[in-house]
Amino acid sequence: MTVVRTTVREGLFTDGESPRLLGSRCGACGARHFPRHQTCPYCAAEGAEPEELSARGTLWAWTAVTAAPPGYRGETPFGVGVVELPEGIRVISRLSVSDPALLSAGQPMELCVVPLHVDDDGNEVVTYAFAPAAS
Amino acid sequence: MSTRVRVAGVGMHPFGRFDGVSTTDMGARAVSAALREAGVTRGGFQAAFCGTAYGGVATGHKVLSRLGMTGMPIVDVEAGCASGGAALMLAAGAIRAGQYDTVLVFGTEKMPKGIIRSSFFEPWQEEAGLAATPSFFALRAQRLMVNSGVTKEHLAQVVVKNRRHGAANPDAMFHKEIAADEVLGSRVVCEPLHLFMLCSPNEGAAAVVLTGGGGPTGPGRPVTLAAAVLRSHLPGAVLSESTPLSGLTDDTVPSPTTLAATAAFEEAGLGPGDLHVVECQDTDAARELLSYEELGLCPAGGSAALLDSGDTALGGRLPVNPSGGLLSKGEPLGASALGQVVELVRQLRGDCGPRQVDRASVALSHTVGRGANAGVVVLTA
Repeated sequence: MTVVRTTVREGLFTDGESPRLLGSRCGACGARHFPRHQTCPYCAAEGAEPEELSARGTLWAWTAVTAAPPGYRGETPFGVGVVELPEGIRVISRLSVSDPALLSAGQPMELCVVPLHVDDDGNEVVTYAFAPAAS
Repeated sequence: MSTRVRVAGVGMHPFGRFDGVSTTDMGARAVSAALREAGVTRGGFQAAFCGTAYGGVATGHKVLSRLGMTGMPIVDVEAGCASGGAALMLAAGAIRAGQYDTVLVFGTEKMPKGIIRSSFFEPWQEEAGLAATPSFFALRAQRLMVNSGVTKEHLAQVVVKNRRHGAANPDAMFHKEIAADEVLGSRVVCEPLHLFMLCSPNEGAAAVVLTGGGGPTGPGRPVTLAAAVLRSHLPGAVLSESTPLSGLTDDTVPSPTTLAATAAFEEAGLGPGDLHVVECQDTDAARELLSYEELGLCPAGGSAALLDSGDTALGGRLPVNPSGGLLSKGEPLGASALGQVVELVRQLRGDCGPRQVDRASVALSHTVGRGANAGVVVLTA
């Protein structure tokens, strides 16, 4: 049986070699959003433009979750943090590194796609995450 | 000049774990105690607001049906950790507007055990591991450590202080003092937060009878509700209690706590320097320190120094969480804000025995949580 790869939720990110987060940009106030919104959460203007966000940023805050929270079926511990992107937006994300001691403030980070678990239909469920950048 | 709102009576069901005792049982006990203290009987209040987040449909009706006191409007209020504060705001506003003379406000809750599962999050966020409440507390704690020079030792000292206070509170869940090395030796839940730095979701109830000009007065020193304010978040802060998936790199967006505190001080005609005692949100140890800064008890970045000064311990200049806080009492969402108000009313009346704050006549309570919702209440004697 072939394992089908499926994203945890449609419309959050592009999968593949060079994944990107799917955000939007408000034409009125210029703010970036993630996930994508039609209506700007900052100024309420309609018609925000779809935009792919930068795949690279810097680490702003991080921790690791040591026990499985409700509804979570993946491995523990796992990293969670905040990555600051150059377009002036901070994104909450899973991190590829689960040992907080291996991370530091301002560290360059790069978007990647990581497996979460295999669902009841045999699909491999994947999500976006940030990993320490290669260079 | 609008109607002065007074607290005529307060009542509690202790906070803890009570197998076999229902949400209705606990609510009825707290309400009965508050009504008895206020000298209010059936027909003596014209509306009731009930704070609850996990109580289910018509929680308030079930409590008042049990007591044979229905017919008036009964409204359940959900505002996360600030549910009780939201109920109090609605009741006070209705009295000031002249809609009612006397209003019953209560909160009752039985929380599920373990990490709180919240319908606030979408299923995919749970699946992706982005719905673990303590992880958001931990990220906020780490930023406080960066911005304010807070260390893990400070976080442990908050727990030591509040558990010492709670040891003298019969309504608290934990009555045993704890040492800093025990706190730092407990397991890491989400770095930098260890197990004993997090409050326990639990069970309990609290009730307050509010009255305007013509109502009953209650026993002892009269207590005035000088302000009861609720605010939600402004968008922009990525670590806001509204738990967005992204935010801006703008660090000047005021927090919901600051918005609520500013409005409450204005409503009361008072400032942080006028306070004698505070009960604040200490869901985790860092949250208490962040509350010092957001409420204006110290300058931004000054929370570690304020804790180190000893001012916020019993016997200090401005005791914070003399009840033991949520770290000693645990947190039943719908009841926690009113539990703070019950404590502060007793403090202002001088009824707190070994945990009494000397000469307390101006008090502030603060709750903040999911929504975001932040509630700030100012009481004066």
